[in-house]
Amino acid sequence: MSNLSRAELENLAKLARINLTDEELTIFGSQLGLILDSVAKVQEVVNDSIVPMSHALPMTNVFRPDVVGQSLSNSEALAAAPSTQDHRFKVPRILDEE
Amino acid sequence: MTDLTKLTAVEIATGIKSGDFSAVAVTKAHLDRISRIDSKINAFLHVDTEGALSQAKLVDEKRDAGKALGDLAGVPVAVKDIFTQKGVPTTAGSKILEGWIPPYDSTVVSRMKQADMVLLGKVNMDEFAMGSSTENSGYGPTRNPWDLDRIPGGSSGGSSAAVAGFMSSLAVGTDTGGSIRQPAAVTGTVGVKPTYGGVSRYGMIALASSLDQAGPFARTVLDAALLHKVMGGHDHHDSTSISAPVPPIVEAAKSLDLKGMKIGVVKELSGEGYQAGVLSLFQDSVAILKDLGAQIVEVSCPSFEYALAAYYLIQPSECSSNLARFDGMRYGMRVAEGNAGVEEVMSATRAAGFGAEVKRRIMIGTYALSSGYYDAYYGSAQKVRTLIAQDYAKAFQKADVLISPTSPVTAFKIGEKTNDPMAMYLNDICTIPVNLAGIGGMSLPIGLDPADSLPVGLQVMSPVMQDDRMYRVGGALEAALLNHWGAPLLDRAQQL
Amino acid sequence: MTNLSFDDALTRFEPTLGLEVHVELNTATKVFCACPTSFGSEPNTNVCPVCLGLPGSLPTLNEKAVESIIRIGLALNCQIAPWSRMARKNYFYPDMPKDFQISQYDEPICFDGYLDVLVPDQDGSTTVRIGIERVHLEEDTGKLTHAGGSTGRIHGADYSLVDYNRAGIPLVEIVTKVIDGTKHAAPLVAKAYVSALRDLVRNLGVSDVRMEEGSLRCDANLSLKPIGSETLGTRTETKNVNSLRSVERAVRSEMVRQAAVLDSGQKVRQETRHFQESDGSTSPGRSKEQAEEYRYFPEPDLLPIAPDAAWVAKLKSELPEAPAAKRERLQAAWGISDFEMISVINSGGIDLVEKTIAAGCDQAAARKWWMGELSRIANELDQELESLSISPKQVAEVESLIQSGTLNDKLARVVIAAVINGEGSPAEIVANQNLAVVSDDTALLAAIDVAITQSPDVVAKIKEGKLQAAGAVIGAVMKATKGQADAAKVRQLLFERLGVSE
Ligand SMILES: [Zn+2]
Repeated sequence: MSNLSRAELENLAKLARINLTDEELTIFGSQLGLILDSVAKVQEVVNDSIVPMSHALPMTNVFRPDVVGQSLSNSEALAAAPSTQDHRFKVPRILDEE
Repeated sequence: MTDLTKLTAVEIATGIKSGDFSAVAVTKAHLDRISRIDSKINAFLHVDTEGALSQAKLVDEKRDAGKALGDLAGVPVAVKDIFTQKGVPTTAGSKILEGWIPPYDSTVVSRMKQADMVLLGKVNMDEFAMGSSTENSGYGPTRNPWDLDRIPGGSSGGSSAAVAGFMSSLAVGTDTGGSIRQPAAVTGTVGVKPTYGGVSRYGMIALASSLDQAGPFARTVLDAALLHKVMGGHDHHDSTSISAPVPPIVEAAKSLDLKGMKIGVVKELSGEGYQAGVLSLFQDSVAILKDLGAQIVEVSCPSFEYALAAYYLIQPSECSSNLARFDGMRYGMRVAEGNAGVEEVMSATRAAGFGAEVKRRIMIGTYALSSGYYDAYYGSAQKVRTLIAQDYAKAFQKADVLISPTSPVTAFKIGEKTNDPMAMYLNDICTIPVNLAGIGGMSLPIGLDPADSLPVGLQVMSPVMQDDRMYRVGGALEAALLNHWGAPLLDRAQQL
Repeated sequence: MTNLSFDDALTRFEPTLGLEVHVELNTATKVFCACPTSFGSEPNTNVCPVCLGLPGSLPTLNEKAVESIIRIGLALNCQIAPWSRMARKNYFYPDMPKDFQISQYDEPICFDGYLDVLVPDQDGSTTVRIGIERVHLEEDTGKLTHAGGSTGRIHGADYSLVDYNRAGIPLVEIVTKVIDGTKHAAPLVAKAYVSALRDLVRNLGVSDVRMEEGSLRCDANLSLKPIGSETLGTRTETKNVNSLRSVERAVRSEMVRQAAVLDSGQKVRQETRHFQESDGSTSPGRSKEQAEEYRYFPEPDLLPIAPDAAWVAKLKSELPEAPAAKRERLQAAWGISDFEMISVINSGGIDLVEKTIAAGCDQAAARKWWMGELSRIANELDQELESLSISPKQVAEVESLIQSGTLNDKLARVVIAAVINGEGSPAEIVANQNLAVVSDDTALLAAIDVAITQSPDVVAKIKEGKLQAAGAVIGAVMKATKGQADAAKVRQLLFERLGVSE
């Protein structure tokens, strides 16, 4: 059984934007290791000639005509927002730049 | 006086049409039962008393005015809390969405409204449909009407419990790896996962987009077919929706004729890990099907061995992306305000809003999609999907439908498996291959395990877009079993 | 660190360029939902469950967007993939409603093409072939406004406000192959490429390509390597380069900056940099030394795009004349030199000039107005030529007023300024503001007579044959008639009056 290292877990948690407690890091470390060991089984049967299946049905080219439809009103759009200002969603300050 | 909650959907619709009783009376009977017994079950997260009664009133007015009514007009239905319904709280069983009121109807909801059905309210589920027991709900577990200490299956446990507990005639659920069929099996109800793309996913909160499919819960195969027909069919809001019409499932459910049909028993879906009673009841049903004129063949699907592993990569991967939007910016919970930056607010919100299972799967998915691991994990899992679809294709050359037990075990005790995610995942061993291949699957009750007196389900699988075949087998088997039992299985459940 | 001049830098290093251009398509609706794409709507009104990323919503792909990107790909001589998929690019950012962007990863719709661009040099111009790596479709993000704090910029802001009207507008990303061997011409090549690409896309009619409105955005990747070296240097990606002039300036200043860093023995940091419009420099942004972890995977909610050959062939047959071909045709028709043609192209006014000529204007005059006065005004207003509020037809009208003698050059400029100022059509402005050249000789003669009586000394000199002294009298007449007189005419009448001849 291979546990995920604490650093790996912390990196994953950061990527997934979930703060984990020390206790969670410990539990998940062993659980995730176990799960990942077990799902690694998929590698046993596959080879390069098998085409990966991303969609359940082999359909292609499903398009929508470029015709304007109904939008929400500003109040409907903002109704569930935790915070708003000037008809916009108000979000906390952005520290890291994209 | 007739107990209106004990009627089938067909009986309710017929009674309303013929004026034997009103839709309002039917709705009130169900609302009464909910308020009387749901404190014990915890199936409903939100009962829309006002909405249900006003819809029922409209149905009665329509009937009185001589207007045409839908096949299921006035029939009550419980909606898994994963479907958006305009103006009605929708949480997907998660604290992170507590109090969210969607501004739009899911296609499933709007079609049921259009069909004059009465939407009773939103029912419980494992958080974001991750689980097989409904214990992962942010709003407490739902209990199995057969035994209140046991799970009603999951993730659509609220749906199965509402129907098994006679709080609703019908329910809709969603099935990503067995979340309709397994709860149906452990509650003695009928549950159907249509062919992928058979029912629109628009407005259905996504778990794993390439696997998710909505479907009906009912107490009879015909009732399930009628609801499936109302929900199903092409929807331009869902690109993956099938453009062909819904197959003739209602006719198939009524056909009762299995002569000449080839039924394949999947060799790999039995044996070790299966409860003895589950296997013996399954064999009894095979014998009945043979008596009904079907030809029984054995088929082998060797790649099914890898299905669980593939599923627990694809599902967490897609879910890690689908659930990213729950970040406290536009709707739902937001914590750690004050001076915190946006990244910290997102991370704290998701830490507070998501339960352990959701966090676990998001972490697995994030890992599996990471560049260094993609090919080994997600990429390989998608190849296994191809192998499983090929296994089915071969099997369907030998048989018109395939059958297996729905779940290896009957309903387990609440709390029994919560600390062992791997043991929990094994519940879906029979149902998962169906989702990976996108085909149709149905579970119907075939008896009570003599060891624990709990319901056992049989799964019928049909090829893509041939959903009528499973209804034909399900309808015929159900009729034969009913004949054998003398009364519906659910009559043997405890009185609540 | 010592500063190297641009020329010094090029004695030691050679630049490698890569350009990523984002073009907003002008479809009526967004790429994955039926919301309108109109610019300037009230915030958060062109939004719906899909483009707000509400739980349960699903994308549906706009056919016109797919058609537009295939047309762009064809015009760029690309291969059109017979089968490609959309992919999710996963990262958290508040301007992205789903916290992933639907884009394309290793299966772009168009790939492996080229665009020939004309780059000016001492001898006129050289054609440089820019390889196109890929052209893919994706969705735009919402718009953030940084509030609180003092600067209105992201740093030091107390919070931000988000408008999702722009979220989901279709974007086409066009990525060049590595552009090598351009040496000192690198900044000009970059500018010429973006300019040519803009003309090409506009010519297709699939985008408004207005850089100042952000419907065409450019990121410039640049690295330097010692001359003769085989290995590429560390590159930086300069963002926010939002005008043609800025493309040239950004590349130039980044070349100089990197050369100084390398020259002092330091390493160039792999990072995004931000272009500063004010002084043409670039400033450091986020480090990109750690590879991004976008966790791309095929978008399960959208089906593969598999354009059949017949559709592609039809789109190809319907492509308009390519800008390069058009350039050659117009240059021949106008009979102008390479150099003159390049100045038309670089001004971004080729279509405007063509339309002005089509409206009846002489070609030299059409070029003169657009390259001269109108370019000057555009510069002053910090606008692109085509966004000036004067149409080619109006320019042709002004020119015909000159030809008929109603306006002189000076008055024409006044009229043009008034048209741009929204005061009406040229004819209306001439009428309303009484701007026509004074052609009634009586009034003019009266003014001349007044001037003659006021300047007896000057008049004496003229009569003595010192004709150059006439300027003072003519000036006085022009002043008295508020410039509405034709100076040549005044001169002629003055000499007639005084009985002298030139
Ligand atoms: Zn929209």
